[in-house]
Amino acid sequence: MTDTSARLGIVSRVAAAVVCGYVLSSLTAVCLALLLPMARSEAVLVATMSSFIVYLCAALWAFAAADAARAWIGLAACAGLLGAALLVFRPGALG
Amino acid sequence: MKGSVRQSMAWLHTWSGLVVGWLLFAIFLTGTVSFYRDEISRWMRPELSQMTPAPDAAAVVVARLHAIAPDARRWLVQLPDGRDPAAHVYIWRDPGTGPAFQRETVDTASGMPVVARATHGGDFLFYFHFDLNMPSIWGRLIVGAAAMVMLVAIVSGVITHRRIFKDFFTFRPGKASHRSWLDAHNVLAVMALPFHLMITYTGLITLMFLYMPWGRDIAYQGDRQAFHTEAWLGTAVPEAAGIAAPLAPIGPMVAEATRRWDGGSVGRMDVYRPGDANALVVLTSSDEQQIAFQRKQILFGGATGAVVAATDGSRWAAETHGVLYGLHVGRFADPFVRLLYVLSSIAGTAMIATGLVLWTAKRRPVRQTRDKPSAGWRLVDALNVGTIVGLPIAMAAFFWANRLLPVELGGRANLEAGCFFLAWLLAIGHAALRPSARAWTEQLAIAALLYAALPVVNAATTGSHLGATVPRGDWVLAGFDLTMLASGLLLAWTARHVAGKTLGRAATDSADRKATMPARPRTEQGE
Repeated sequence: MTDTSARLGIVSRVAAAVVCGYVLSSLTAVCLALLLPMARSEAVLVATMSSFIVYLCAALWAFAAADAARAWIGLAACAGLLGAALLVFRPGALG
Repeated sequence: MKGSVRQSMAWLHTWSGLVVGWLLFAIFLTGTVSFYRDEISRWMRPELSQMTPAPDAAAVVVARLHAIAPDARRWLVQLPDGRDPAAHVYIWRDPGTGPAFQRETVDTASGMPVVARATHGGDFLFYFHFDLNMPSIWGRLIVGAAAMVMLVAIVSGVITHRRIFKDFFTFRPGKASHRSWLDAHNVLAVMALPFHLMITYTGLITLMFLYMPWGRDIAYQGDRQAFHTEAWLGTAVPEAAGIAAPLAPIGPMVAEATRRWDGGSVGRMDVYRPGDANALVVLTSSDEQQIAFQRKQILFGGATGAVVAATDGSRWAAETHGVLYGLHVGRFADPFVRLLYVLSSIAGTAMIATGLVLWTAKRRPVRQTRDKPSAGWRLVDALNVGTIVGLPIAMAAFFWANRLLPVELGGRANLEAGCFFLAWLLAIGHAALRPSARAWTEQLAIAALLYAALPVVNAATTGSHLGATVPRGDWVLAGFDLTMLASGLLLAWTARHVAGKTLGRAATDSADRKATMPARPRTEQGE
């Protein structure tokens, strides 16, 4: 690996951790807030408190994955699953 | 970034820690002293030396509020408790009916406002630890991002250490300097690991809806007040009915709350629209007897004095949130638990400091090769000195300013804060100009002097000095002075130790300077 491509890989992982991680944890918060079978305010609290743990795991994954591409694919796949769950169970929630 | 997961985690730990390390050090140190926020505030207002709260404090304060703000939109009262003998009132008015916001400290024994010097007191350091004294939400966002990185650094640090238990019992003081720094970093980290995780995560929780509003905003379609009402019995300010109705006596409401809470005391009182038929009184339990910060509440109709609603404790997520919040602020802690909090928090602060020093110790130019330190190394080292020692110097300057600025000086509260930032800036500048070893020892010596002399400055400027506070058993004030003295001695010991250790290294620095800065020979004298 050349120096430049190694640096690009790091920049890419940082972007995956910060941006993709935040999108993923936000989606988790929204999904749990809407889908958990409990009082609405309770679901919001559980969802928001858990979202930081999701952000943490996402950031660790971004650097633990074998390469930057896999870091992005893993996080995007999780975000896609959550987005699909929203579309199926709560269509129109984000509109 | 290639290699095993552990290697990539080690990389992540090193660099994420370095990027936010100075900020985290500042957050941790000012946060640590905030566990003694009330005590610091009391020391910074020496005029309040002795005060005994009245048994019917709530009624006394309400009488005072009727006198100064009968038609306010809202009153908020923090009643006296075991750590703070004064009542603090906050008043909000509708536009056009007087000052929009007003605050006052009331002595409940006399029912009159307390006159003390203008100072932000311990609140300055407390707010700085999560808003960095920045306008709007910028400081809070930066601190939140730093806390998130801290969480990543802690967990990646743990993953890096497969032998975390064994490492805990490893200390190699005589070995290469970066080995000892590594061992110290490990011990401080592992010793209080649960605390470090707890305080970082719960710190995010205290401002979680600022960082992560999406769950709430989408589930409630943006109606935040509806969420507050459902989750916490939070109330909107009621509309004024426009019909005058005297506020019912507060005494029976306090008695009713105490009865429902099995003798638990009222800590806070909110009165919305006093003097109106729609007045609402919210009594909140004191935070001294329970961990959860989200406390028990009862709502009373202000005109009738009858109970309107009460929290029932059936909401476990809200309770959990309250416990996490309460764990962070630690207001439930008795003096012993508070001390454990502070010791763990000091370990966290020292963990960050040793991590930062470790970064430079590992990369210090080898003496034999006469390498010149790189610009990056110089930058990190200067910021290390300017923050790890510079921030304590800034805090000492803040306390000095509190005693030395004239009491009647206009805007003195903000000038005290200005002294804090000025001293910090000077420390960073000094660290940038001086060779590394000199910068460390000189600043440590200055800090030692500033702290050790603080009780003397206090004695010279106020009557509440150690000679008076120890005999009368006022351990809040005496404890502050003694802590400053002890900090000064510890810093002096450290300065001596560092001076001895770095004697050899200073010679290298000096040689570097000779090689790089031939135009300024005078700086080498005595090195």
